[in-house]
Amino acid sequence: MWVTPRYPAAAAAAAAILLTVTACGGSSPSTSPTGGPAGSSSATGDAAGHTGGTLHLVAQSAGGTLDPQVNYTLQYWQLYQATYDQLITYARVGGSQSVDLVPDLATAMPKVSDGGKTYAFTLRQGIRFSNGKPVTTADVVASFRRIFKVASPNAGSWYNVLVGADACLKTPATCTLDGGVVADAKTGRITFHLTQADPQFEAQLAMPFASILPASAPSKDAGTTPIPTTGPYYFSSYSPNSALTMKRNPYFKQWSAQAEPAGYPDEIEETFGLTAESEVTAVENNQADWMYDAPPSDRLVEISSKYSDRAHVNPLTAMWYLTLNSNIPPFNNVKARQAINWAVDRAAVVRLYGGTSLAQPACTILPPGFPGHRDFCNYTAGGGTTWTAPDLDKAKALVQASGTAGQQVGVVVQNDSVNKSIGSYLTSLLNQLGYKATLKPLSNNIQFTYIQNTDNHVQLALTQWYQDYPAAADFLQVLLSCASFHPHSDSSINIAGYCNHSLDAKMDAANTLGVTSPSAANTQWGTIDEDYMKESPLVPLITPKLVDFTSSRVGHYQFSLQYYMLVDQLWVQ
Amino acid sequence: MSDLHTPFESGQGLVGATTQDGAERSPGPWRVALSQLLHNPVAIASTVMLVVVVGACLCAPLYAHHIAHTDPFSSNVTGTTVVNGKRAAILQQSTQGLGLGVVPIGPTWHLSGFFLGADGQGRDVMSRLLYGGRTTLLIGTASAVICCVLGALVGIVAGYLGGATDWILSRVLDVIWAFPVYLLAICLSVVLLTSGLDLGPLHVSAGSLMLPIVIIALIYVPYVARPLRGHVLSLKESEFVKASVGLGASELRVLRRELLPNVLPSVIVFLPLMIALNMLTESALSFLSIGVQAPQASWGTIINDGLDLLYTRPWVATAPGIMLVITAVAFNLLGDAVRDALDPKAKLRGSI
Repeated sequence: MWVTPRYPAAAAAAAAILLTVTACGGSSPSTSPTGGPAGSSSATGDAAGHTGGTLHLVAQSAGGTLDPQVNYTLQYWQLYQATYDQLITYARVGGSQSVDLVPDLATAMPKVSDGGKTYAFTLRQGIRFSNGKPVTTADVVASFRRIFKVASPNAGSWYNVLVGADACLKTPATCTLDGGVVADAKTGRITFHLTQADPQFEAQLAMPFASILPASAPSKDAGTTPIPTTGPYYFSSYSPNSALTMKRNPYFKQWSAQAEPAGYPDEIEETFGLTAESEVTAVENNQADWMYDAPPSDRLVEISSKYSDRAHVNPLTAMWYLTLNSNIPPFNNVKARQAINWAVDRAAVVRLYGGTSLAQPACTILPPGFPGHRDFCNYTAGGGTTWTAPDLDKAKALVQASGTAGQQVGVVVQNDSVNKSIGSYLTSLLNQLGYKATLKPLSNNIQFTYIQNTDNHVQLALTQWYQDYPAAADFLQVLLSCASFHPHSDSSINIAGYCNHSLDAKMDAANTLGVTSPSAANTQWGTIDEDYMKESPLVPLITPKLVDFTSSRVGHYQFSLQYYMLVDQLWVQ
Repeated sequence: MSDLHTPFESGQGLVGATTQDGAERSPGPWRVALSQLLHNPVAIASTVMLVVVVGACLCAPLYAHHIAHTDPFSSNVTGTTVVNGKRAAILQQSTQGLGLGVVPIGPTWHLSGFFLGADGQGRDVMSRLLYGGRTTLLIGTASAVICCVLGALVGIVAGYLGGATDWILSRVLDVIWAFPVYLLAICLSVVLLTSGLDLGPLHVSAGSLMLPIVIIALIYVPYVARPLRGHVLSLKESEFVKASVGLGASELRVLRRELLPNVLPSVIVFLPLMIALNMLTESALSFLSIGVQAPQASWGTIINDGLDLLYTRPWVATAPGIMLVITAVAFNLLGDAVRDALDPKAKLRGSI
């Protein structure tokens, strides 16, 4: 998943990068300053007496539509955890257990049959939406139809395995998913029928896109109009230019502490329109309790030294990387692509990102700790399984051998300070290699779609990818399969345009194997990762970490590897 | 005929003259102006300041390559330097608290390297400051010269020829004048810096300094042309011009011999003022990333670079800001002094 940028633009207030999700295995520990257990809070003790108060959040800008089946930003995915529910979800706890799938609106995890092509659930009884109406099987069926009707971003890539999805993708307005989602109102049984086994289907059911909404929800993007919720809070008001307010859902009764625990604050307010600098100052002065955007780089030292007990640093399963357009010069030449991988000094990128406490050099497409990740490093001086240093001489030799020296190369980056500084470094490096490089910073709002469209002839771009859910396919298949390459479209997430049918077949085989043997499949994914790196369509740069900066009154900080800080679990009194 | 001429008739001025009967004539207006300037302490001080600034900026390659031994245009993110006999990273990892953040090395106050510290790319700020000054001064001066020449040409032609020519030129100036200066500059910059400029066989690349020079020169043409047009309209009605016309002088001769010498002092007064104004405009555009393009540097781009270091390394942004203020003030003071020397009654700055 790509998420809205996180660092401030130089002159204008930009957005801020944020991330989505993390992790796997949960083995990566939080580096919370308290030294507490992974994902746990700095505050400990009984929760009694901490209920109530208003949690004040601040952000540079709103996250767009409030519709959970359309919005694809971490900014609101974090809030959806306390508002909307799916049949199953990732456990809403801190630490390693946060990557465990647990039943949410379903009474239990699904019964899988027919070789992985049928998933059967039973809907919990007695749950009501925030408008007082009960949640029924009809709402479940309508919600999955609505995914197609509102053209949910991943309708065609995640939910296309449902029987009847093809027709829904062709004519969304008349989508029925006949035979794909079957409900029995009397027994509360809901059955999903797939056209083929999909090892990621359960994870995809746990995503906010699969939120269960009232059947009466509009068949189009609800925009700024809140849709009734099932969780402990509902959205009481939303003005993208000023603020978002969440209040307690009067019809909510906790049915599962793991899936949907009751929140602590009585009200949650998020104010928009501050610069990242102002956000830091507001949190320092306790005028706000948490800033959505990452602190600007020039405030990190101050936060690190003066407010270390209020800063929470957590590793992410994410990747900052370069895309090398494999269809136009100079990077349609594999030697030129490999030269960039040899030349880039990952240690320099780590420093530009904020230092070794905030990032580590990356060699692989699958981040460390991620399913399928295998330690190898094809492009490091002196060899080895971890990156140690660039080999500029080898890179220069490859550029000469490729015959691409002297060509113009545009480096397209977002125009926030961190992206621009990495872009400046890359421009300088490309000039050293013999290219004529120019930096092209673009607004954070448009850069990600701009670099995807082949009509823009982007040669080299800096971008980021954060997991949607812990599965190797969410990186390799999404970012590099031939199916992800759509020329002339703004939605062509295979930005490098690299299409290798042989590796595509290997990924399909790994997916199939994953249904019966996830462990063996992950081994295959590790091999596929290395195969791709040999072809060098991407240049993994760093694995980033996230800084959450909170006010002094905040307690009970919990970090979910899947959805990051659990907003509603914070204590403000 | 000479009795009818104004003090700025060509042929008089900088060189003293002697009448036919051998009596020494009074010194010409140019000589008087120069003498006044030389006796004006503000003019002398501002000139000295400008000479120092320009001289230092011209020595940028000498300083960067032979004293600081650095390449101010290449990133040096993982580089090291020697400070007080100890090797230190140029971008230093914070060791306080949680160890978050990286801070560029601060001012060493040693000319041998990183006198003003490093920027976020690990580049020597002092070297970039000197190179940036060259760019800013070049753009400011070149655009001011182009602006004054074009402005004078348009103002004189419109004012003297009048009629349809005056109407057309005045309306063109009105259109340019109608746009807020920075909005017009930003619009032109955004368009031209994306794809460069193609004028028939002439191609100016997007990164060329010619683009900001031309853009800044064009947007300020009305500021020079309008007052000069008014001046020419006034001169056209003066007796010495009418006398010249009455004696059968051609239009070209009237323009060259009567009008131009009298307009020239105003143009000269405009020049330093426009240099200062154009430098500020260039810096503003570069600060917004739509002026000078990397890898070149100007004071505006360096201020932009320093924006993200204001809390930790304020010198990166403040040093070019101080240089800009000093230079702009010096040009303005010099401009005022030149105006006082050439035409004490002129109120040109008030019209800008």
